[in-house]
Amino acid sequence: MSLKPEMSTHRAALDLDADVLVLGGGPAGTWAGLAAARAGARVVLADKGFCGTSGATAPSGTGVWYVPPDPERRHAAFLARQVLGGNLADRKWSMRVLDRTHQSVDELAARGYPFPLNDEGAPARGSLQGPEYMRLMRKLVKGAGVRILDHSPAVELLVDADGTVAGARGLRRQQGDDWAVRAGAVVIATGGCAFLSRALGCNVLTGDGLLMAAELGAELSGMEFSNAYGISPTFASVTKTLLYKWATFTEPGGATIPGAASQGGRSVIARWLARGPVYAQLDKAEPGLHASMREAQPNFFVPFDRMGIDPFTQRFPVTLRLEGTVRGTGGLRIVDESCATTVPGLFAAGDAATRELICGGFTGGGSHNAAWAISSGQWAGAGAATHGTRQRGARRAAAPAGTVGLRAGNGRTFDPQEVTRRVQAEVFPFDINYFRSGDTLQAALGRLDGLWQSLRAADAASAADLVKAREAAAMTAVARWMYRSALARTETRGMHRRADHPEADPAQLRHIFSGGLDEAWAAPAAPLARPQTELAA
Amino acid sequence: MIELVSAERCTGCNICVAVCPTNVFDPAPKAIAGALPSIARGADCQTCFMCELYCPEDALYVAPDADHPVKVDEAALIDAGLVGSYRAAIGWSPQTAARRRLDSTFRLLKGL
Repeated sequence: MSLKPEMSTHRAALDLDADVLVLGGGPAGTWAGLAAARAGARVVLADKGFCGTSGATAPSGTGVWYVPPDPERRHAAFLARQVLGGNLADRKWSMRVLDRTHQSVDELAARGYPFPLNDEGAPARGSLQGPEYMRLMRKLVKGAGVRILDHSPAVELLVDADGTVAGARGLRRQQGDDWAVRAGAVVIATGGCAFLSRALGCNVLTGDGLLMAAELGAELSGMEFSNAYGISPTFASVTKTLLYKWATFTEPGGATIPGAASQGGRSVIARWLARGPVYAQLDKAEPGLHASMREAQPNFFVPFDRMGIDPFTQRFPVTLRLEGTVRGTGGLRIVDESCATTVPGLFAAGDAATRELICGGFTGGGSHNAAWAISSGQWAGAGAATHGTRQRGARRAAAPAGTVGLRAGNGRTFDPQEVTRRVQAEVFPFDINYFRSGDTLQAALGRLDGLWQSLRAADAASAADLVKAREAAAMTAVARWMYRSALARTETRGMHRRADHPEADPAQLRHIFSGGLDEAWAAPAAPLARPQTELAA
Repeated sequence: MIELVSAERCTGCNICVAVCPTNVFDPAPKAIAGALPSIARGADCQTCFMCELYCPEDALYVAPDADHPVKVDEAALIDAGLVGSYRAAIGWSPQTAARRRLDSTFRLLKGL
């Protein structure tokens, strides 16, 4: 593959210098931008869509892992998730995150977030409404002097002669031209990967940052924990699952499905969906609770109100949409407390970074995810500011590091939609991804590896197709790390279920690292030592 | 998916063009008086409803169907009170601002 000549000499329509470039404008990216600016860095934040509406949080809303600074309550909060997460979470990281999240949520209150009062008249700070939260974050980021580039998807990172990240370049899709930012450090806050499943707010989350980072040699961790599926009405995008706690799930004839539940029985729903339609009805909610449910989650009710369905008294069909690593916990591997990755100058935050440090192999809803975005965002932003400001004035090369879709190849260009469909055919089916086994994973991986090879041979995408081509390439890469990691974990732990290894294996209490492009790999890390006091029974 | 830009209500401010995270709209051409933004890439709509929340005129309607376009009848939707209903529900309409502080998640989490 050779670099297209115009790439190396071309000057972007918008050409900027910064100490820190943040890619992604969701919770993690905005907290990163804020922290970097407060540390004195000159910061540019580029979002694929619009910072304030982009990502899973803005349209959805989220609980927050907000626990008062009482050591006993915090230890209990940590232990409460250890079983679900397969004892992979780290106590020290969990305490750091609880501390930083509590401080930061209180800061949101001081900055004007309209927290409600609970029934005792005290502020209730355990949840955030997405539109309010992200509108405020945009305002805070702008107020801190961060330059925001909306509708500016990054397509590749830039790298200097030493292999240190040196910025990124991308497109300005509403101007029809391009941007380049030479930066002392880069934060990847591009979210997880949900494979264009139309789960709420997730279609901007295609793993772009993971691919860009891996093109510089970054490693990932926990990519086997990537098969989260969210419940939604069959006709709708709203994958919010809290209210299904009050649901009865039934088969077409009306009989209750034994064991089906949102929590602890979602796999039963998946098994029934493989055979036919599954219905839900929120009939376990007392009428006195209905108004509170609407006030807590107005978006949950929008599809029902618009379809003329009363979800409390009428059955409606449900499905499971893949949320991949958005609600899964895998992502870029973090090597220190500043959320540095294995590439110098490159930091990771939020869903793009592995969340195993606080959740192990499982997260349900938003609370840990929100806390991780808030905390890792600030640590990555501060770390990037320290690293980035040190590079000021240095004359560094900034060579483009991207691969698929960007460089001339021997073959023809590929059709991004066709590639997307082929990846979805490997990651959506429950019998490949939800209920895993060595044979089916290996077969899917073989097809995905073949797909990757064909992308590598293809010619560069046209400007009009470039963003979707890079998304398709990123989803292909993510799927390959997922299934390699899933094959490397020959046990059942967290959300990773192996039909051929249905029990947890104490010898596999360790992370699985992964990475690589043409030679994608996954390998177990050293076993973790966990004191008895940190293990849940 | 987004199905309606109301010709009657839309003022051509193009806020929806700016805020849509998946870049579904094209702006109203400046040269044509009274022109509206258009749904140029409807297939990219992720049914997140964010455009509706940011529209100051309640001129947009996102149908709940996430996978397929559907036909909508503007007059019937307005009669049913559905156009702008989500913005009102979260307290972003001027008349409903008190709802911004109504998040009662704490009641749902009791006993969980």
